[in-house]
Amino acid sequence: MDAPAPYIHLGFILISLPNFILICVMVLLFVLALVAPFPSHRPKEPHDE
Amino acid sequence: MSSGGDPGVIDQTTTSPHPAADDEPGWTASVRRRVEKTLPISELLPTKQPAYVSSWVYVFGVVTIAALFWVVLSGVVLAFFGAEWWHVSSIGHFFNSIHFWSVQMFFIFMVLHLWGQFWGAGWRDGRAKTWMVGVVIFAVSIGTAFTGYVVQLNFDSQWIAVNAKDAINSTGFGGLFNALNFGQMYGLHVMLFPIGVTLLVVLHIIQVRAKGVVRPIDDPLQMAP
Amino acid sequence: MKASKVDKQTYYRGVAMAPYDLLKEVTIALVGVLGLVLVLSAVLSSPDVPSVTLQSWSKADPVDFVTTASAELAGSTVVASYGPPYNSGSGSVQSWGPLTPQQWAGVHIPVNAPNDFVLQPLTQATAGDAQLATALGTYQAASSDQQQKWLTNYATGLGTATVAADGVVNVPTGDYGPVSVLMDRMLTLARSGGLDALLLTSNHFYQTDFSRPLLFLIDGGYIARLAAEQKLIGSDWGVMNETGRYPGQAWLWLYTMFYQIPPFTSDKGFLGISKANTDLAVVGVMLLLTALLLLVPFIPGLRDIPRWIPIHRLIWRRHYADMRRRGV
Repeated sequence: MDAPAPYIHLGFILISLPNFILICVMVLLFVLALVAPFPSHRPKEPHDE
Repeated sequence: MSSGGDPGVIDQTTTSPHPAADDEPGWTASVRRRVEKTLPISELLPTKQPAYVSSWVYVFGVVTIAALFWVVLSGVVLAFFGAEWWHVSSIGHFFNSIHFWSVQMFFIFMVLHLWGQFWGAGWRDGRAKTWMVGVVIFAVSIGTAFTGYVVQLNFDSQWIAVNAKDAINSTGFGGLFNALNFGQMYGLHVMLFPIGVTLLVVLHIIQVRAKGVVRPIDDPLQMAP
Repeated sequence: MKASKVDKQTYYRGVAMAPYDLLKEVTIALVGVLGLVLVLSAVLSSPDVPSVTLQSWSKADPVDFVTTASAELAGSTVVASYGPPYNSGSGSVQSWGPLTPQQWAGVHIPVNAPNDFVLQPLTQATAGDAQLATALGTYQAASSDQQQKWLTNYATGLGTATVAADGVVNVPTGDYGPVSVLMDRMLTLARSGGLDALLLTSNHFYQTDFSRPLLFLIDGGYIARLAAEQKLIGSDWGVMNETGRYPGQAWLWLYTMFYQIPPFTSDKGFLGISKANTDLAVVGVMLLLTALLLLVPFIPGLRDIPRWIPIHRLIWRRHYADMRRRGV
């Protein structure tokens, strides 16, 4: 793990592979959080005051 | 007793055994009334939450706090055995790894939480201060991480310190905040910054619990007059 | 009545509530994050590239070491003429228009390069070394013009220096006066580890301020070459990176991005921003952007982005669907 990391060069962007993977995982987690179904508890019907 | 047994209504009259009467004089009574009004224990430790809290986006806040917990705990162990320990002990190195990865998790989840709050416009309905405290926590965390990086006592510390000094010096703060001064950076990192972050996070949690989770944007169910 | 002003009871009137176990959620989060962290720690460990010392530097690259030491003595290094907080030079002072906070702050960490990095440690090392004591005396008695002449000749000689098998630097013959003895002793002192100690302890036993040895290190080329191998140099987005194959400080992406683009990298500059004040300019821009982030709730346009790009319709899709079903 101490050997220098591989790098990705996209235009003026130079990013290490570990950082790139980390950011991709973050975006993926966010998208998953938005779309993944959430366990539902049957909500109690509200009473109007 | 809640009125009409309606679980949706928040009843604050019986949250404490001896509520300070409205006319009881004194600072203590006044503060107690304020606390009981702003954050009764039933709101600090709620057993119900709005049904619209039904998205995984809502978990990013609590996992950020969880990551911070492990950052601090592993940090306490590292501090207890001294700054050099993790370089000479494999158990020490393992605790450093816990500290390192907890910090990564902390920043990952904090940013995801920020994205969630931004796209949900979580600052609405009087919650601007909650958002602002959150941004301050973000900034202070970056400062905390910086002091941590320069006290690792390895090549990374050296390199970060000798480069950061130029940016810090350019602001005029280089004489006050010397990245090359291990003693100063260590004291800031193990004591002053963690106290700051913890106090801010506690404030943030109090703000969230006091106001409750913000309603959805353009909620079709308008507030009853 | 404004939503920000109503009490909680009114705010949630009519809102359906669902059961919720806060402490169970916190516990699950704690256990889950711990599990993840323990796995990462066990499998990947954490980075720990050992520090460079003046000793390791002088052994790995003696010519670079001696070149730096003689430049410190000549006062021609970056640190020697840096400016505040170290000294009254101006080589590294940054300003933005009329703003020169670095200058205004003044000197608070005094560093006199020729004295602190060379003459003082050598003076302390004269015990039992008559030749060094004599060389120091000769050097300090000479005029500063003479000193500079010797040092300039020596720097030229270093351009074709060779390293002997025992690590000694051999400079071709020239008019160096006592400088060759001084530099020879600097190298010996460094290789023995003595210079690390002398630069650090500076007459106190306990010392936790590494400013001197670190400033000496960064004046040389060795540590920067090591950093370049790990892509830690600023122009390689180094601020974001970590040694080895570990993730670095990804959250500093925006800060370091400015170091890669004009006008921060340009000679000519724009709005007073150029290569000459990159650090100050980037810090200024980042402070501004952080202030904007802080004040999002109050900035029209910025605070409306979540409405214009309705990702929230995904976050609350169940709620909106429930409301449609109930005909609200």
